[in-house]
Amino acid sequence: MSESTKKIIDVKNLVKKFDGFTAVDNISFSVNEGEIFAFLGPNGAGKTTTIKMLTTLLHPTSGEIKINGFSPVHEKDKVRHSFGIVFQDPSLDEELTAYENMEFHAILYNVKENLKEERIQNLLKLVELWDRKDEQVKHFSGGMKRRLEIARGLIHHPKILFLDEPSLGLDPQTRNFLWKYIKELNKKEKMTVFFTTHYLEEAEKIADNIAIIDYGKIKIIGSISKIKKQTNSKSLEEAFLKLTGHSIREESASAKDRMRLRKRMHGGRK
Amino acid sequence: MNSPIYVMWLRQIKRYWRSKSRIIGSLAQPLLFLIALGFGFGPIFQKAGGGDYIEFLAPGIIAMAILFTAMFNGIEVIWDKEFGFLKETLIAPVLRYKIIFGRTLGGATVAMIQGAIVFALSMFIGFKPISIMMALISFVFMFLIAMLFTALGIAIASKLEDMQGFQLIMNFIVMPLFFLSGALFPIDSLPTALKIVIKLNPLSYGVDGIRGALTGISHLGLFLDFIVLAITAFVITIIGSYLFSKVEI
Repeated sequence: MSESTKKIIDVKNLVKKFDGFTAVDNISFSVNEGEIFAFLGPNGAGKTTTIKMLTTLLHPTSGEIKINGFSPVHEKDKVRHSFGIVFQDPSLDEELTAYENMEFHAILYNVKENLKEERIQNLLKLVELWDRKDEQVKHFSGGMKRRLEIARGLIHHPKILFLDEPSLGLDPQTRNFLWKYIKELNKKEKMTVFFTTHYLEEAEKIADNIAIIDYGKIKIIGSISKIKKQTNSKSLEEAFLKLTGHSIREESASAKDRMRLRKRMHGGRK
Repeated sequence: MNSPIYVMWLRQIKRYWRSKSRIIGSLAQPLLFLIALGFGFGPIFQKAGGGDYIEFLAPGIIAMAILFTAMFNGIEVIWDKEFGFLKETLIAPVLRYKIIFGRTLGGATVAMIQGAIVFALSMFIGFKPISIMMALISFVFMFLIAMLFTALGIAIASKLEDMQGFQLIMNFIVMPLFFLSGALFPIDSLPTALKIVIKLNPLSYGVDGIRGALTGISHLGLFLDFIVLAITAFVITIIGSYLFSKVEI
Protein backbone atom coordinates (compact mmCIF):
# COMPACT_ATOMS: atom_id res chain seq x y z
CA MET A 1 0.00 0.00 0.00
CA SER A 2 1.53 3.29 -1.03
CA GLU A 3 1.68 6.36 1.15
CA SER A 4 -0.60 8.25 -1.19
CA THR A 5 -3.52 5.86 -0.78
CA LYS A 6 -6.51 7.86 0.23
CA LYS A 7 -8.82 6.83 3.00
CA ILE A 8 -12.12 7.22 1.24
CA ILE A 9 -14.15 6.05 4.22
CA ASP A 10 -12.81 7.04 7.60
CA VAL A 11 -14.77 6.31 10.75
CA LYS A 12 -13.68 7.22 14.26
CA ASN A 13 -15.43 6.28 17.50
CA LEU A 14 -18.81 6.04 15.86
CA VAL A 15 -21.76 5.47 18.21
CA LYS A 16 -25.47 5.15 17.55
CA LYS A 17 -27.97 4.73 20.37
CA PHE A 18 -31.69 4.19 20.03
CA ASP A 19 -33.56 4.90 23.28
CA GLY A 20 -30.81 3.51 25.47
CA PHE A 21 -30.04 0.58 23.18
CA THR A 22 -26.59 0.87 21.64
CA ALA A 23 -26.73 -0.39 18.06
CA VAL A 24 -23.27 0.77 17.09
CA ASP A 25 -20.79 0.89 19.93
CA ASN A 26 -17.74 3.05 19.37
CA ILE A 27 -16.38 1.61 16.14
CA SER A 28 -13.42 2.90 14.15
CA PHE A 29 -12.24 1.72 10.77
CA SER A 30 -11.17 2.99 7.41
CA VAL A 31 -11.42 1.88 3.81
CA ASN A 32 -8.91 2.87 1.17
CA GLU A 33 -9.84 4.18 -2.21
CA GLY A 34 -10.30 1.38 -4.74
CA GLU A 35 -10.74 -1.29 -2.11
CA ILE A 36 -13.49 -3.89 -1.89
CA PHE A 37 -14.50 -4.01 1.73
CA ALA A 38 -16.87 -6.52 3.31
CA PHE A 39 -18.72 -5.67 6.46
CA LEU A 40 -19.90 -8.87 8.09
CA GLY A 41 -21.84 -9.80 11.16
CA PRO A 42 -24.85 -11.74 12.43
CA ASN A 43 -28.36 -10.31 12.22
CA GLY A 44 -28.78 -7.19 14.29
CA ALA A 45 -25.03 -6.67 14.68
CA GLY A 46 -25.24 -3.07 13.54
CA LYS A 47 -24.31 -3.38 9.86
CA THR A 48 -27.27 -1.62 8.35
CA THR A 49 -27.28 1.06 11.05
CA THR A 50 -23.64 1.79 10.20
CA ILE A 51 -24.38 1.99 6.49
CA LYS A 52 -27.27 4.34 7.17
CA MET A 53 -24.97 6.66 9.10
CA LEU A 54 -22.29 6.53 6.41
CA THR A 55 -24.88 7.41 3.78
CA THR A 56 -26.49 10.38 5.62
CA LEU A 57 -29.73 8.55 6.39
CA LEU A 58 -29.18 8.42 10.13
CA HIS A 59 -27.65 10.92 12.51
CA PRO A 60 -24.84 9.41 14.57
CA THR A 61 -25.10 9.81 18.35
CA SER A 62 -21.39 10.60 18.47
CA GLY A 63 -18.17 10.00 16.58
CA GLU A 64 -16.71 11.15 13.32
CA ILE A 65 -17.25 10.02 9.75
CA LYS A 66 -15.54 11.17 6.58
CA ILE A 67 -16.81 9.96 3.23
CA ASN A 68 -14.61 11.02 0.35
CA GLY A 69 -13.33 13.69 2.71
CA PHE A 70 -16.78 15.04 3.61
CA SER A 71 -18.90 14.73 6.71
CA PRO A 72 -22.29 13.01 6.30
CA VAL A 73 -23.62 15.23 9.07
CA HIS A 74 -22.46 18.63 7.87
CA GLU A 75 -21.85 18.15 4.15
CA LYS A 76 -24.75 15.90 3.23
CA ASP A 77 -24.99 16.89 -0.43
CA LYS A 78 -21.29 16.40 -1.12
CA VAL A 79 -21.41 13.01 0.55
CA ARG A 80 -24.54 12.11 -1.39
CA HIS A 81 -22.85 12.91 -4.68
CA SER A 82 -19.95 10.66 -3.69
CA PHE A 83 -21.73 7.36 -3.29
CA GLY A 84 -24.24 5.10 -4.93
CA ILE A 85 -26.18 2.59 -2.91
CA VAL A 86 -28.13 -0.59 -3.35
CA PHE A 87 -30.32 -1.04 -0.34
CA GLN A 88 -31.18 -4.24 1.42
CA ASP A 89 -34.73 -3.99 0.15
CA PRO A 90 -35.80 -2.56 -3.19
CA SER A 91 -36.15 1.19 -3.53
CA LEU A 92 -37.50 1.44 -7.04
CA ASP A 93 -40.78 3.00 -8.05
CA GLU A 94 -42.61 -0.03 -9.34
CA GLU A 95 -45.17 1.99 -11.26
CA LEU A 96 -42.46 3.62 -13.33
CA THR A 97 -40.53 1.92 -16.12
CA ALA A 98 -36.90 0.90 -15.85
CA TYR A 99 -35.89 3.86 -17.98
CA GLU A 100 -37.98 6.29 -15.95
CA ASN A 101 -36.43 5.08 -12.72
CA MET A 102 -33.00 5.72 -14.21
CA GLU A 103 -33.96 9.11 -15.57
CA PHE A 104 -35.50 10.13 -12.28
CA HIS A 105 -32.26 9.34 -10.50
CA ALA A 106 -30.17 11.15 -13.11
CA ILE A 107 -32.22 14.30 -12.64
CA LEU A 108 -32.08 14.16 -8.85
CA TYR A 109 -28.31 13.81 -9.07
CA ASN A 110 -28.08 16.61 -11.58
CA VAL A 111 -26.45 14.57 -14.33
CA LYS A 112 -26.06 16.82 -17.38
CA GLU A 113 -28.69 16.47 -20.05
CA ASN A 114 -26.21 15.52 -22.79
CA LEU A 115 -24.65 12.77 -20.66
CA LYS A 116 -27.87 11.46 -19.24
CA GLU A 117 -29.20 9.43 -22.12
CA GLU A 118 -25.87 7.93 -23.03
CA ARG A 119 -25.14 6.82 -19.50
CA ILE A 120 -28.57 5.35 -18.95
CA GLN A 121 -28.30 3.44 -22.20
CA ASN A 122 -24.83 2.10 -21.41
CA LEU A 123 -25.76 1.04 -17.92
CA LEU A 124 -29.03 -0.59 -18.89
CA LYS A 125 -27.20 -2.50 -21.61
CA LEU A 126 -24.55 -3.56 -19.14
CA VAL A 127 -27.08 -5.05 -16.74
CA GLU A 128 -28.92 -6.52 -19.73
CA LEU A 129 -32.14 -4.63 -19.23
CA TRP A 130 -32.00 -2.33 -22.24
CA ASP A 131 -34.59 -4.27 -24.24
CA ARG A 132 -36.99 -4.05 -21.31
CA LYS A 133 -36.41 -0.41 -20.51
CA ASP A 134 -40.00 0.60 -21.17
CA GLU A 135 -41.53 -2.02 -18.96
CA GLN A 136 -42.90 -1.11 -15.57
CA VAL A 137 -40.64 -2.34 -12.79
CA LYS A 138 -43.49 -4.18 -11.09
CA HIS A 139 -43.27 -6.82 -13.80
CA PHE A 140 -39.59 -7.48 -13.07
CA SER A 141 -38.16 -10.44 -11.15
CA GLY A 142 -36.12 -9.93 -7.98
CA GLY A 143 -32.87 -10.35 -9.86
CA MET A 144 -33.84 -7.86 -12.54
CA LYS A 145 -34.78 -5.31 -9.92
CA ARG A 146 -31.46 -5.74 -8.20
CA ARG A 147 -29.63 -5.28 -11.48
CA LEU A 148 -31.62 -2.18 -12.22
CA GLU A 149 -30.83 -0.77 -8.79
CA ILE A 150 -27.15 -1.31 -9.32
CA ALA A 151 -27.32 0.39 -12.69
CA ARG A 152 -29.24 3.25 -11.13
CA GLY A 153 -26.73 3.62 -8.32
CA LEU A 154 -23.98 4.13 -10.88
CA ILE A 155 -25.51 6.82 -13.11
CA HIS A 156 -23.86 9.67 -11.28
CA HIS A 157 -20.43 7.97 -11.33
CA PRO A 158 -20.05 7.55 -7.58
CA LYS A 159 -16.66 7.06 -5.99
CA ILE A 160 -18.07 4.55 -3.53
CA LEU A 161 -20.72 1.91 -4.06
CA PHE A 162 -22.55 0.67 -0.97
CA LEU A 163 -24.27 -2.67 -1.25
CA ASP A 164 -26.35 -3.87 1.67
CA GLU A 165 -26.79 -7.62 1.24
CA PRO A 166 -26.95 -7.36 -2.53
CA SER A 167 -27.14 -11.10 -3.15
CA LEU A 168 -29.93 -12.02 -0.73
CA GLY A 169 -32.61 -13.99 -2.56
CA LEU A 170 -30.76 -14.09 -5.87
CA ASP A 171 -29.96 -17.25 -7.80
CA PRO A 172 -26.30 -18.18 -8.35
CA GLN A 173 -26.37 -17.02 -11.97
CA THR A 174 -27.51 -13.53 -11.09
CA ARG A 175 -25.14 -13.40 -8.16
CA ASN A 176 -22.19 -14.32 -10.33
CA PHE A 177 -23.12 -11.80 -12.95
CA LEU A 178 -23.53 -9.11 -10.35
CA TRP A 179 -20.18 -9.65 -8.70
CA LYS A 180 -18.33 -10.03 -11.95
CA TYR A 181 -19.68 -6.68 -13.02
CA ILE A 182 -18.92 -4.99 -9.73
CA LYS A 183 -15.35 -6.32 -9.71
CA GLU A 184 -14.85 -4.99 -13.21
CA LEU A 185 -16.06 -1.57 -12.21
CA ASN A 186 -13.85 -1.64 -9.17
CA LYS A 187 -10.82 -2.36 -11.33
CA LYS A 188 -11.63 -0.07 -14.22
CA GLU A 189 -12.99 2.94 -12.39
CA LYS A 190 -11.16 2.47 -9.11
CA MET A 191 -14.55 2.54 -7.49
CA THR A 192 -14.52 1.62 -3.82
CA VAL A 193 -17.04 -1.05 -2.88
CA PHE A 194 -18.44 -1.44 0.61
CA PHE A 195 -20.79 -4.35 1.08
CA THR A 196 -22.49 -6.52 3.65
CA THR A 197 -23.44 -10.12 3.14
CA HIS A 198 -24.35 -13.30 4.94
CA TYR A 199 -22.66 -15.41 2.28
CA LEU A 200 -19.22 -15.75 3.77
CA GLU A 201 -17.71 -17.57 0.82
CA GLU A 202 -18.79 -14.59 -1.28
CA ALA A 203 -16.93 -12.20 1.01
CA GLU A 204 -13.92 -14.50 0.99
CA LYS A 205 -13.84 -14.57 -2.78
CA ILE A 206 -14.40 -10.91 -3.45
CA ALA A 207 -13.29 -8.67 -0.61
CA ASP A 208 -9.80 -7.26 -0.14
CA ASN A 209 -10.47 -6.50 3.50
CA ILE A 210 -13.11 -7.56 5.93
CA ALA A 211 -14.50 -6.32 9.21
CA ILE A 212 -16.60 -8.55 11.44
CA ILE A 213 -18.98 -6.70 13.69
CA ASP A 214 -21.10 -8.06 16.51
CA TYR A 215 -23.21 -6.38 19.17
CA GLY A 216 -22.21 -3.06 17.64
CA LYS A 217 -18.49 -3.61 18.08
CA ILE A 218 -15.84 -4.54 15.52
CA LYS A 219 -14.43 -7.91 16.52
CA ILE A 220 -11.70 -8.08 13.93
CA ILE A 221 -10.61 -6.21 10.84
CA GLY A 222 -8.07 -6.92 8.13
CA SER A 223 -7.31 -9.09 5.14
CA ILE A 224 -8.77 -12.57 4.95
CA SER A 225 -5.43 -14.26 5.54
CA LYS A 226 -4.83 -12.09 8.56
CA ILE A 227 -8.24 -12.89 10.00
CA LYS A 228 -7.77 -16.61 9.45
CA LYS A 229 -4.34 -16.49 11.02
CA GLN A 230 -5.41 -14.47 14.03
CA THR A 231 -8.33 -16.74 14.76
CA ASN A 232 -6.45 -19.88 13.81
CA SER A 233 -9.20 -20.86 11.36
CA LYS A 234 -9.19 -22.67 8.04
CA SER A 235 -12.03 -20.71 6.52
CA LEU A 236 -13.68 -17.34 6.96
CA GLU A 237 -16.79 -19.11 8.15
CA GLU A 238 -14.88 -20.81 10.92
CA ALA A 239 -13.34 -17.52 11.95
CA PHE A 240 -16.75 -15.85 11.85
CA LEU A 241 -18.33 -18.45 14.10
CA LYS A 242 -15.40 -18.39 16.49
CA LEU A 243 -15.74 -14.64 16.85
CA THR A 244 -19.50 -14.33 17.00
CA GLY A 245 -20.53 -17.62 18.65
CA HIS A 246 -23.09 -20.17 17.60
CA SER A 247 -26.25 -18.81 19.13
CA ILE A 248 -28.92 -17.71 16.70
CA ARG A 249 -29.75 -14.01 16.78
CA GLU A 250 -33.20 -12.68 16.78
CA GLU A 251 -33.13 -9.41 14.97
CA SER A 252 -35.39 -6.97 16.71
CA ALA A 253 -37.18 -6.25 13.50
CA SER A 254 -40.46 -4.45 13.31
CA ALA A 255 -43.38 -6.14 11.64
CA LYS A 256 -42.65 -4.04 8.60
CA ASP A 257 -39.09 -5.29 8.24
CA ARG A 258 -40.23 -8.86 8.53
CA MET A 259 -42.88 -8.27 5.93
CA ARG A 260 -40.35 -6.75 3.58
CA LEU A 261 -37.97 -9.63 4.09
CA ARG A 262 -40.70 -12.15 3.40
CA LYS A 263 -41.68 -10.26 0.32
CA ARG A 264 -38.12 -10.45 -0.91
CA MET A 265 -37.50 -14.06 -0.06
CA HIS A 266 -40.70 -15.40 -1.53
CA GLY A 267 -42.02 -12.78 -3.86
CA GLY A 268 -38.76 -12.15 -5.65
CA ARG A 269 -39.81 -13.75 -8.87
CA LYS A 270 -43.02 -13.67 -10.76
CA MET B 1 -37.35 20.75 -17.60
CA ASN B 2 -34.84 19.10 -15.42
CA SER B 3 -35.50 20.14 -11.87
CA PRO B 4 -36.19 17.87 -8.90
CA ILE B 5 -39.49 19.64 -8.26
CA TYR B 6 -40.59 18.86 -11.79
CA VAL B 7 -39.66 15.17 -11.70
CA MET B 8 -41.36 14.70 -8.35
CA TRP B 9 -44.46 16.32 -9.82
CA LEU B 10 -44.24 14.25 -12.98
CA ARG B 11 -43.89 11.05 -10.99
CA GLN B 12 -47.22 11.68 -9.27
CA ILE B 13 -48.93 12.38 -12.57
CA LYS B 14 -47.53 9.24 -14.15
CA ARG B 15 -48.51 7.09 -11.20
CA TYR B 16 -52.00 8.53 -11.34
CA TRP B 17 -52.39 8.03 -15.04
CA ARG B 18 -51.20 4.44 -14.86
CA SER B 19 -53.57 3.30 -12.15
CA LYS B 20 -56.80 3.41 -14.13
CA SER B 21 -58.60 1.24 -11.63
CA ARG B 22 -57.85 3.75 -8.91
CA ILE B 23 -59.10 6.65 -11.01
CA ILE B 24 -62.38 4.88 -11.57
CA GLY B 25 -62.57 3.66 -7.98
CA SER B 26 -62.07 7.11 -6.56
CA LEU B 27 -64.70 8.59 -8.89
CA ALA B 28 -67.32 6.02 -7.97
CA GLN B 29 -67.75 7.27 -4.43
CA PRO B 30 -68.39 10.96 -5.17
CA LEU B 31 -70.64 9.98 -8.03
CA LEU B 32 -72.65 7.71 -5.76
CA PHE B 33 -72.99 10.50 -3.21
CA LEU B 34 -74.04 12.91 -5.88
CA ILE B 35 -76.70 10.65 -7.35
CA ALA B 36 -78.03 9.00 -4.18
CA LEU B 37 -78.07 12.10 -2.02
CA GLY B 38 -78.82 14.49 -4.84
CA PHE B 39 -81.91 12.71 -6.02
CA GLY B 40 -82.73 11.22 -2.63
CA PHE B 41 -82.88 14.46 -0.68
CA GLY B 42 -83.70 16.67 -3.65
CA PRO B 43 -87.50 16.76 -3.16
CA ILE B 44 -87.25 17.41 0.61
CA PHE B 45 -84.68 20.13 0.11
CA GLN B 46 -86.92 21.77 -2.44
CA LYS B 47 -89.97 21.53 -0.19
CA ALA B 48 -88.02 23.09 2.65
CA GLY B 49 -87.33 26.03 0.40
CA GLY B 50 -83.66 25.27 -0.22
CA GLY B 51 -83.98 25.25 -3.98
CA ASP B 52 -82.30 22.77 -6.29
CA TYR B 53 -80.32 20.31 -4.14
CA ILE B 54 -78.04 19.16 -6.98
CA GLU B 55 -76.97 22.80 -7.40
CA PHE B 56 -76.20 22.93 -3.70
CA LEU B 57 -74.61 19.52 -3.42
CA ALA B 58 -72.39 19.34 -6.52
CA PRO B 59 -69.75 21.83 -5.26
CA GLY B 60 -69.61 19.91 -1.96
CA ILE B 61 -69.02 16.64 -3.78
CA ILE B 62 -66.32 18.22 -5.96
CA ALA B 63 -64.61 19.30 -2.74
CA MET B 64 -65.07 15.79 -1.38
CA ALA B 65 -63.38 14.20 -4.40
CA ILE B 66 -60.46 16.59 -3.97
CA LEU B 67 -60.24 16.04 -0.22
CA PHE B 68 -60.15 12.25 -0.53
CA THR B 69 -57.71 12.14 -3.42
CA ALA B 70 -55.41 14.75 -1.88
CA MET B 71 -55.28 13.12 1.54
CA PHE B 72 -54.74 9.72 0.01
CA ASN B 73 -52.00 11.04 -2.21
CA GLY B 74 -50.20 12.61 0.72
CA ILE B 75 -50.53 9.52 2.83
CA GLU B 76 -49.02 7.53 -0.01
CA VAL B 77 -45.69 8.67 1.42
CA ILE B 78 -46.11 5.78 3.86
CA TRP B 79 -46.28 3.48 0.87
CA ASP B 80 -43.03 4.89 -0.38
CA LYS B 81 -41.59 4.27 3.05
CA GLU B 82 -42.84 0.72 3.08
CA PHE B 83 -41.80 -0.16 -0.44
CA GLY B 84 -38.49 1.58 -0.23
CA PHE B 85 -38.75 4.33 -2.81
CA LEU B 86 -38.63 7.02 -0.15
CA LYS B 87 -35.00 6.12 0.55
CA GLU B 88 -34.08 6.84 -3.05
CA THR B 89 -35.40 10.38 -2.66
CA LEU B 90 -34.01 10.86 0.84
CA ILE B 91 -30.41 10.10 -0.11
CA ALA B 92 -30.51 12.22 -3.24
CA PRO B 93 -28.36 15.36 -3.12
CA VAL B 94 -31.42 17.58 -3.30
CA LEU B 95 -32.89 19.80 -0.64
CA ARG B 96 -35.76 17.94 0.93
CA TYR B 97 -38.14 20.85 0.65
CA LYS B 98 -37.80 20.63 -3.13
CA ILE B 99 -38.63 16.95 -3.05
CA ILE B 100 -41.65 17.51 -0.91
CA PHE B 101 -42.83 20.60 -2.73
CA GLY B 102 -42.75 18.73 -6.03
CA ARG B 103 -44.60 15.85 -4.48
CA THR B 104 -47.22 18.11 -2.93
CA LEU B 105 -47.75 19.88 -6.23
CA GLY B 106 -48.07 16.54 -8.00
CA GLY B 107 -50.56 15.22 -5.46
CA ALA B 108 -52.54 18.45 -5.63
CA THR B 109 -52.62 18.34 -9.44
CA VAL B 110 -53.97 14.81 -9.35
CA ALA B 111 -56.62 15.82 -6.81
CA MET B 112 -57.56 18.79 -8.99
CA ILE B 113 -58.01 16.53 -11.99
CA GLN B 114 -60.31 14.28 -9.96
CA GLY B 115 -62.26 17.34 -8.85
CA ALA B 116 -62.55 18.55 -12.43
CA ILE B 117 -63.81 15.15 -13.57
CA VAL B 118 -66.48 15.15 -10.85
CA PHE B 119 -67.37 18.69 -11.90
CA ALA B 120 -67.82 17.52 -15.50
CA LEU B 121 -69.82 14.48 -14.46
CA SER B 122 -72.09 16.55 -12.24
CA MET B 123 -73.06 18.64 -15.26
CA PHE B 124 -74.43 15.48 -16.85
CA ILE B 125 -76.85 15.00 -13.99
CA GLY B 126 -78.14 18.51 -14.05
CA PHE B 127 -75.61 20.78 -12.35
CA LYS B 128 -75.33 24.16 -14.05
CA PRO B 129 -72.58 26.62 -13.06
CA ILE B 130 -73.62 30.26 -13.41
CA SER B 131 -70.78 31.40 -15.66
CA ILE B 132 -67.63 30.12 -17.27
CA MET B 133 -65.61 32.98 -15.85
CA MET B 134 -66.66 32.10 -12.32
CA ALA B 135 -66.05 28.41 -13.02
CA LEU B 136 -62.42 29.35 -13.62
CA ILE B 137 -62.34 31.04 -10.23
CA SER B 138 -63.66 27.87 -8.63
CA PHE B 139 -60.46 26.18 -9.80
CA VAL B 140 -58.47 28.52 -7.58
CA PHE B 141 -60.36 27.17 -4.58
CA MET B 142 -60.00 23.62 -5.82
CA PHE B 143 -56.27 24.11 -6.10
CA LEU B 144 -55.99 25.56 -2.61
CA ILE B 145 -57.80 22.69 -0.93
CA ALA B 146 -55.89 20.21 -3.07
CA MET B 147 -52.57 21.68 -1.84
CA LEU B 148 -53.79 21.97 1.72
CA PHE B 149 -54.91 18.36 2.08
CA THR B 150 -52.04 16.81 0.14
CA ALA B 151 -49.68 18.62 2.49
CA LEU B 152 -51.75 17.50 5.48
CA GLY B 153 -51.58 13.90 4.25
CA ILE B 154 -47.81 14.17 3.91
CA ALA B 155 -47.48 15.72 7.35
CA ILE B 156 -49.45 12.85 8.88
CA ALA B 157 -47.62 10.21 6.84
CA SER B 158 -44.26 11.58 7.96
CA LYS B 159 -45.24 10.70 11.50
CA LEU B 160 -46.77 7.29 10.82
CA GLU B 161 -44.93 3.99 10.76
CA ASP B 162 -47.16 1.92 8.50
CA MET B 163 -50.50 1.75 6.75
CA GLN B 164 -52.25 0.43 9.83
CA GLY B 165 -52.96 3.96 10.92
CA PHE B 166 -54.65 4.68 7.64
CA GLN B 167 -58.12 3.54 8.67
CA LEU B 168 -57.83 5.66 11.78
CA ILE B 169 -57.08 8.72 9.69
CA MET B 170 -59.99 8.06 7.38
CA ASN B 171 -62.39 7.72 10.29
CA PHE B 172 -61.10 10.43 12.56
CA ILE B 173 -59.82 13.06 10.17
CA VAL B 174 -61.10 12.69 6.62
CA MET B 175 -64.70 11.76 7.37
CA PRO B 176 -65.27 14.48 10.01
CA LEU B 177 -63.59 17.03 7.73
CA PHE B 178 -66.02 16.12 5.02
CA PHE B 179 -69.25 15.80 7.01
CA LEU B 180 -68.59 18.93 9.04
CA SER B 181 -67.80 21.19 6.11
CA GLY B 182 -71.23 22.21 4.91
CA ALA B 183 -70.73 20.07 1.83
CA LEU B 184 -74.03 18.28 2.34
CA PHE B 185 -76.24 20.79 4.12
CA PRO B 186 -76.53 24.56 4.58
CA ILE B 187 -74.88 25.84 7.73
CA ASP B 188 -77.07 28.89 8.52
CA SER B 189 -79.63 27.25 10.73
CA LEU B 190 -77.37 24.79 12.56
CA PRO B 191 -76.87 24.78 16.37
CA THR B 192 -74.13 27.21 17.40
CA ALA B 193 -71.71 24.52 18.58
CA LEU B 194 -71.83 22.76 15.24
CA LYS B 195 -71.50 26.06 13.44
CA ILE B 196 -68.29 26.81 15.35
CA VAL B 197 -66.85 23.42 14.47
CA ILE B 198 -67.68 23.98 10.82
CA LYS B 199 -66.10 27.41 10.86
CA LEU B 200 -62.91 25.91 12.30
CA ASN B 201 -62.75 23.38 9.50
CA PRO B 202 -60.67 24.71 6.60
CA LEU B 203 -62.57 22.54 4.15
CA SER B 204 -65.71 24.58 4.87
CA TYR B 205 -64.05 27.56 3.21
CA GLY B 206 -63.12 25.43 0.23
CA VAL B 207 -66.66 24.13 -0.14
CA ASP B 208 -68.05 27.63 0.28
CA GLY B 209 -65.56 29.08 -2.19
CA ILE B 210 -66.29 26.50 -4.86
CA ARG B 211 -70.02 26.83 -4.25
CA GLY B 212 -69.87 30.61 -4.32
CA ALA B 213 -67.93 30.61 -7.58
CA LEU B 214 -70.10 28.01 -9.28
CA THR B 215 -73.58 28.89 -8.03
CA GLY B 216 -73.24 32.46 -6.83
CA ILE B 217 -74.33 31.57 -3.31
CA SER B 218 -71.65 31.93 -0.65
CA HIS B 219 -72.24 32.06 3.09
CA LEU B 220 -68.80 33.07 4.23
CA GLY B 221 -67.80 35.33 1.36
CA LEU B 222 -65.33 34.44 -1.40
CA PHE B 223 -62.70 36.82 -0.13
CA LEU B 224 -62.68 35.34 3.37
CA ASP B 225 -62.67 31.85 1.83
CA PHE B 226 -59.62 32.71 -0.21
CA ILE B 227 -57.69 34.29 2.64
CA VAL B 228 -58.38 31.46 5.08
CA LEU B 229 -57.51 28.78 2.56
CA ALA B 230 -54.38 30.48 1.27
CA ILE B 231 -53.02 30.96 4.76
CA THR B 232 -53.92 27.46 5.95
CA ALA B 233 -52.53 25.84 2.80
CA PHE B 234 -49.32 27.78 3.21
CA VAL B 235 -48.91 26.92 6.89
CA ILE B 236 -49.72 23.23 6.42
CA THR B 237 -47.34 22.99 3.47
CA ILE B 238 -44.58 24.40 5.66
CA ILE B 239 -45.44 21.97 8.48
CA GLY B 240 -45.60 19.05 6.05
CA SER B 241 -42.22 19.96 4.57
CA TYR B 242 -40.71 20.33 8.01
CA LEU B 243 -42.00 16.97 9.27
CA PHE B 244 -40.94 15.31 6.04
CA SER B 245 -37.45 16.77 6.27
CA LYS B 246 -37.09 15.13 9.68
CA VAL B 247 -37.98 11.65 8.45
CA GLU B 248 -35.32 9.08 9.25
CA ILE B 249 -35.44 5.51 8.08
